[in-house]
Formats: sequence, C-alpha cells, structure tokens
Amino acid sequence: MKILVCIKQVPQKDAPLKLNESGSWIREDVSYEANEPDAYALEEALRQKEKNGGEVVVLTAGPARAQQALREALAKGADRAIHLEGDEFVRLDPASTAKAIAAAVKSENFDLVFTGLQSDDFGYAQTGVLLAEVLGWPHSTIILHIAKEGDGLKLKRELEAGYFQDLEMPLPAVLTIQSGGNKLRYATLMGIKQAKNKPITKLGWADVAAAVGKNGLKIERLYIPGKQKQTEKIDGPPAEIARKLVDKLRNEMRVL
Amino acid sequence: MSAPGAILVITEQRDGKLNRVSYETIAAAQKIAAHTGCSVEAVVMGADVSSAANEIAAKKLAKVYQIQSPSLEQYTADGYVAALKPFLLEKSPSLVLFPHTYQVRDFAPKLALALDRPVISDVVGYKYESGKLIFTRQMFQGKFAADVSFTGEPPYFATVQAGSFRADQAENGPAPVPIETVNAAVENTSIRVKSHEIYKEAKQAVDLTQAEIIVSVGRGIKEQKNVDIAAKLAEALGGELAASRPICDAGWLPIERQIGSSGQTVSPRLYIALGISGAIQHLVGMKGSRSIIAVNKDPEAPIFDIADVAVIGNLLEIVPALTEEVKKAKAEA
Repeated sequence: MKILVCIKQVPQKDAPLKLNESGSWIREDVSYEANEPDAYALEEALRQKEKNGGEVVVLTAGPARAQQALREALAKGADRAIHLEGDEFVRLDPASTAKAIAAAVKSENFDLVFTGLQSDDFGYAQTGVLLAEVLGWPHSTIILHIAKEGDGLKLKRELEAGYFQDLEMPLPAVLTIQSGGNKLRYATLMGIKQAKNKPITKLGWADVAAAVGKNGLKIERLYIPGKQKQTEKIDGPPAEIARKLVDKLRNEMRVL
Repeated sequence: MSAPGAILVITEQRDGKLNRVSYETIAAAQKIAAHTGCSVEAVVMGADVSSAANEIAAKKLAKVYQIQSPSLEQYTADGYVAALKPFLLEKSPSLVLFPHTYQVRDFAPKLALALDRPVISDVVGYKYESGKLIFTRQMFQGKFAADVSFTGEPPYFATVQAGSFRADQAENGPAPVPIETVNAAVENTSIRVKSHEIYKEAKQAVDLTQAEIIVSVGRGIKEQKNVDIAAKLAEALGGELAASRPICDAGWLPIERQIGSSGQTVSPRLYIALGISGAIQHLVGMKGSRSIIAVNKDPEAPIFDIADVAVIGNLLEIVPALTEEVKKAKAEA
C-alpha cells in the first residue's frame, strides 16, 4: 500500500512560549518537534508497510526548519519525503492547508493518507477530514487499529467515555490516527544514516497557490488566558506543604 | 423557511438520548442570540428521533427540526453531510453551532467545506465586537487564548467545547415549540463507510465517575515505578487512582483509568492532579471537579489556571510527605 503521512512541526511540548509584541502570534525563537499525534500516524503507517508491503511517504507544509521533522520520519523508516516549504504555511487555516496538501500530491496515487488527530499548536482537528473532502475520498477519525480486508479496510474507531466502534471502508481513504494504538519507535543509528540518502522533494507556495483560496479564519489576537478561579499557592519544603494541604483537606474541602 | 439569520444548533443523540453537551450548546446559542437578535432553532438527527425532539422542544427556541432517514440510523459522515447540506442551503442560518464531540469532529469540517465555509472548532467563549462575532479558543495546549473571526460571509460554523457553557443555563420556553419533520433524502449507496454498533471493551472494573476523591497522574510522574507513589496517596485518602492519556498510552495504567475526552469525565469532590500539565483533552474530563489541587514543577502549566490550590514543586518529594500526613491525620481522627 502507498501511504502518505502528513506531519506538522510544532513548538516543543515544554518550550517556554512568549507572545510577540503585537500579540498576533508567538515568538518563534523556540525549539520545535514533530507533533506527537502525527508520530502515532507515522508509526501506524510504518507498521502497515511492515505487514503489507508498499511505501510510506511523509509530507510537511512549513518553513525550512520543518525539514527536521521529515528527516526524523525518514530515519524511522519512511521511504521519501515531500516538503511544501514556506513561511506562508505556518498560519494557514485548516481548509487552505488541506487544499495545499491535495495540490502537492496531485500526481501521486496514494491508497491511504494518515494524519494525527490534531496539532498541539492550533488543535483544530480538521485538516485530515478536510483533506478527504478535497480529495473526494471517504474518511474516518480517531482510529486505533487498521487491518486490510479484501480491497478495503477494517477499522477500530475510538469514541468518548470508553466506547469503540468497528467500521469497514474502501480504499483510497483518509484516516486520522489516535495515540496509544501502538508504541512509538525510535530511529536507529542505521536508520539515521540511511535517511541521509532518502529523497526530499521540495515544493513551494507558488506550486500550490492556485489551489488554495483565501484564509477563511483570522486570529484577531493571542493572549494569556484570564484566570477563571482564585488559585491559592502553597509553598515551602515538602513536609510543610504536606501539613498545609492536610489542613485544607480537613477544614476547607472536608474530605478527611 | 426559518427567519433569515437564525442560529441553528445541531444536537447529538445516541439511542434517542441527547447528550449533556447538546444542552450546553443550546445555552451558548441562546446567549449569542441575546446579542445578535437572532432566533435559535435546534436540529435532531437520526432514523426516528421523535422522543429526543420532544425533549428539546421544551427549551426556549423558535423551532425544532427532526431530520430523519433510515440511512441515519447509524452515524456516518457521508449520511450526515448528505442530510444537512441541502437543509442548510435552504435555511440559510447565520450561525451553525455543534458540540465539539468526536462525532462532530468527524463530519462538521466536511459539511462546512462542502458549503465552502470554515469552522472555528473547540470554542470556549465568544465576544460580540462592533457587530462582529468572534470566538475564543485555546491554542498551544491551553497556554494561550485566541480570538478568532470569520473573514467571509455567513453561515458561520463553530463547535463548542464541553463544559464551556452550562447545560442548566439552557433556558426553558413557556410551552413546547413546534417540531418540523424533515425527511432527508440520503441514499444508502452514497454512504461509503459501514459502521457497526458501538461497544465498551470487556469489563470496566472501576467507575471513576462515582469516586469522591481522585488522585490522577500525568507525564510528570516520569517513570512507571513512580505511579506507586500516587497509588499510595489514593489509598490513604480512600480515593481512586486515575491518569491522563499519555500514562495509559504508555501502558503504565489501564485505559479504564483514563480521564479526558476519550476516557471518563468526572466531577469528584476532590481531584489531585500530579504532574499533569493540563492539556485541553484532559481538562475537559475533570474541570467540573469541586476542588482541584495541582502539583507540577512547571509554574506555567495550564493546569494551574483551573486549580484551587497550586503546588509548584517536585511531586516525587511532596506526594510521599503528603501521604504520611494524611495517614497521621486519619489516625488521630
């Protein structure tokens, strides 16, 4: 099976983020990493390739720094990469991103496209679903297990509150992958070496601009969220903190 | 035809029962309508949804639509979009609101794009500035809030985060409102995904929704063996042990102990969050807790935004000390 995995590079989980002067975006002088939900999408794709053969291609739409996310994916076992390179892709709305990706892979014949559930920066959780609509393919979301069944797939989808659902669908299809279905692999030293020779095709904004419409959404401002609650801080060495907490548990919260 | 510019709420039901977050979304719609002067209408979808439609018709709305088709018996994205697209084209609402559930995430963006519209998803609030509707949502895993507006024309689409509005604030009407039946023309052949009955896995040994006290661990617990430190605190307090998703993904605690959008939603008297940063998917499962104590070494962790008591420090030292003090206090009692 020929599988495309869409990967986004986002600020590292514990990177100290600061707003820029105008409050329109964050300051980008932080460390970046591959969006963790996308790592699960890549893991699932690599396992499908190991089971059924085929090819895994990774794609990212982002600035030059995003190439690092592609290299890591190649080191884990992806076969080749596509970099839709440009600063223009950083603040695109999900529909525009989906249209750009569809345009970038127009000439390929993927059987499957995987994305992560959502990105840890925007968290819209839309790009995969929108990509399916742009491509005219069926899709499903929050997928934990995938098995090939005849010409199509058998899937296990996660729902809220501990429920699940089994599905069948034809190929080609777009799936957004949930975390926890598989354990994530690390790149081996051999993989890192081999990655250096794997091809990365570069495309730019000009290659997809015609397909991408206007941004439908505008971030008016970013700000530190106002506090909903009065929060009391408790300080001191551990033993003192423990005593103060027990005091609260007993006298205020009445759970002791 | 509904009054031009109505706010339409797409509710969600399963087996004829509407979920709580559908009522929260109605509350949101009613609040927004108070600013914009629009009427609020609700939609119930399925094969036969008359009981759910009657339930929602008790709310202060202009109208309820029950969109029905045998093809809508099981949820599918193709089915729901096929049913809703022509309906929305005909009704021309100003705003379409959905609860931000897993089901809505599966079809709302597709529906909106089919109508060439964007969706602002997972909103936690709204502002009405100079006649412009702006939605507030969280970004960067809760570290920042963003005010987002639409650049184009209505209808506008947004999905509402669970717990952002209160279901008990969905106002009742003076009398049940009219229910209009819409027979959706959904061809079974146009539905490409075959879905089966939903199910729960094997047995659920622990029902966290019944626990009065919950001690919950996140990534800050660092290693699997440290989970025992939290287990001892839970035991001393007479509470239950729970976890954020990454801990369950790693296999350090079983999936049935997960709290969050995929796991259980709880509102105990006391929730102690240990080494939990406060990612949106986790908060959604516990922000209704009566008292929240958070222990984390990162002073910027979003969990502190909703904590009643904040302890910034090393949980590996603090938790054992706390367990000791709790045992002492209980022995004295």
